[in-house]
Amino acid sequence: MNMNRRAFLKTTGAGLITSVFPLSLVKIAFGGQGPAQDFSFGYISDAHIQQIQGNNFVRNWDMGLIRAVREANLLTPRPDFFMFGGDLAQLGKKEELDHGLEIMSSLRGKVRYVIGEHDYYLDLGEYWQSKIGPLWYSFDHKGVHFVTLNSILTYDSWVNKKWPSPMDRMLAMARLDNPQGSPFMVGREQLTWLKTDLEKVNRSTPVVVFSHSPIQKIFKPWNFWTEDAERVQGLLKPFEKATVIYGHVHQIEYNQIGNITFHAVMATAWPWPYPESYSQKASCMPKLTVHMNRADPFFERDATGWQFIDMRKGKVSMHYQLPDNKNRSVVFNSKIGKPQDVNYQGYGSRIPPQTHY
Amino acid sequence: MRKNRKLHGVSLVILMASVLLAISFSLQAGDFTQEDLERWDKEFMTVVMKGDKLFHSALGTNKVSCDQCHPNAANTHPETYPKFQQQIGRVVSLFEMVNWCIQNPLEGDPLPADDPKMAALLSYMTYERRGVPLAPGKH
Ligand SMILES: [Fe+2]
Ligand SMILES: [Fe+2]
Repeated sequence: MNMNRRAFLKTTGAGLITSVFPLSLVKIAFGGQGPAQDFSFGYISDAHIQQIQGNNFVRNWDMGLIRAVREANLLTPRPDFFMFGGDLAQLGKKEELDHGLEIMSSLRGKVRYVIGEHDYYLDLGEYWQSKIGPLWYSFDHKGVHFVTLNSILTYDSWVNKKWPSPMDRMLAMARLDNPQGSPFMVGREQLTWLKTDLEKVNRSTPVVVFSHSPIQKIFKPWNFWTEDAERVQGLLKPFEKATVIYGHVHQIEYNQIGNITFHAVMATAWPWPYPESYSQKASCMPKLTVHMNRADPFFERDATGWQFIDMRKGKVSMHYQLPDNKNRSVVFNSKIGKPQDVNYQGYGSRIPPQTHY
Repeated sequence: MRKNRKLHGVSLVILMASVLLAISFSLQAGDFTQEDLERWDKEFMTVVMKGDKLFHSALGTNKVSCDQCHPNAANTHPETYPKFQQQIGRVVSLFEMVNWCIQNPLEGDPLPADDPKMAALLSYMTYERRGVPLAPGKH
């Protein structure tokens, strides 16, 4: 952490106070409408801390996470908790996880973690579990039921292939465009657990699922995909209010499938292209999504970011914090039953960098 | 007699030159075969595959590779070059933008424009974008 604090404040401080927290400062009052209260939480994801050698890490990725943590520490009032959305490490190494956790340790407040494929495929989550905790779990907070899934599992036949070394397996999964990759899945054991976990929850209780991969099928070649997504969606179907928040895609992405609202989060490390930018294969991008501004890139942090999230009446208002860019808010519109961008949803209000090709 | 012999010599030179010319024309004009096409395509695809490897390996000093931001070379937009590039401040060819990436996110040294590695990288990037109409200057 060798970033010059004064330089940081100079580049981000003044803008932050006015642009980062307009909505979290406003408490929306709605008394007596049920047990779910309104509150906010922070979400940081996809830091991809990458070791070069020894104590040397890729500076650019370090800076993304450091900046997100510092900005998140300025949030007032304090969010109730933070989530980290997975891919803390680039190649699942102890050194990378330790370094990432060290940066995360200066984040003020309770933090919970989702595991990503970059954290998992070296030792199949062993070090993660010893340092951070279980790979899937649920908890309740102010009348909302939260579930964290490990959605980046895959076929045993792929995991147990005769790899020259565990690092070869890690490298194979870390390469997003690997034609010899394998699709993500939640798997039978976890689905059984999820079914039992949700059986105890009242159908009117809002449910929020955290996963690393999208629990919807967008683009298989890059694993913007979960093989058994429909099974998880099926378990969420009986609930009046269900939301899935996922990392992995490093981009703004939102969708509505039946009763389930989907939101992706930004990476602090780098943006991924939208699948339609790859002209050789067809993809299924949610039509609802107004794309993030394209990374050109004019500067290092272009098209990266983090988010703070307001839970209101059990639905999510996603506020994307985008360095040197206009922040974005995607809020659930209960009149039409879909999430919508507050400023850019209408075709006429979109701006040129939101066109990806 | 002497003059005649000289003339003979000149016409021999002309004859030889025209034969040579004819041979070289036959090499230049559309006289290539299906085997030629296949060989050239193979040559090209070999370089594309080499570029694919380079694109997925560390070209700088920090182990970062091109595909970390550009899976399948997406968002590199070879069809839009040459174009004005904000961070370079002028109209550039694609190789200059590749070098910008090698120098900045990859923290490495730029490749010469005619480095076979550069040709391989450009071949891979363009091949992954095949079929997309040219749009020079587009942003
Ligand atoms: Fe990631
Ligand atoms: Fe990921």
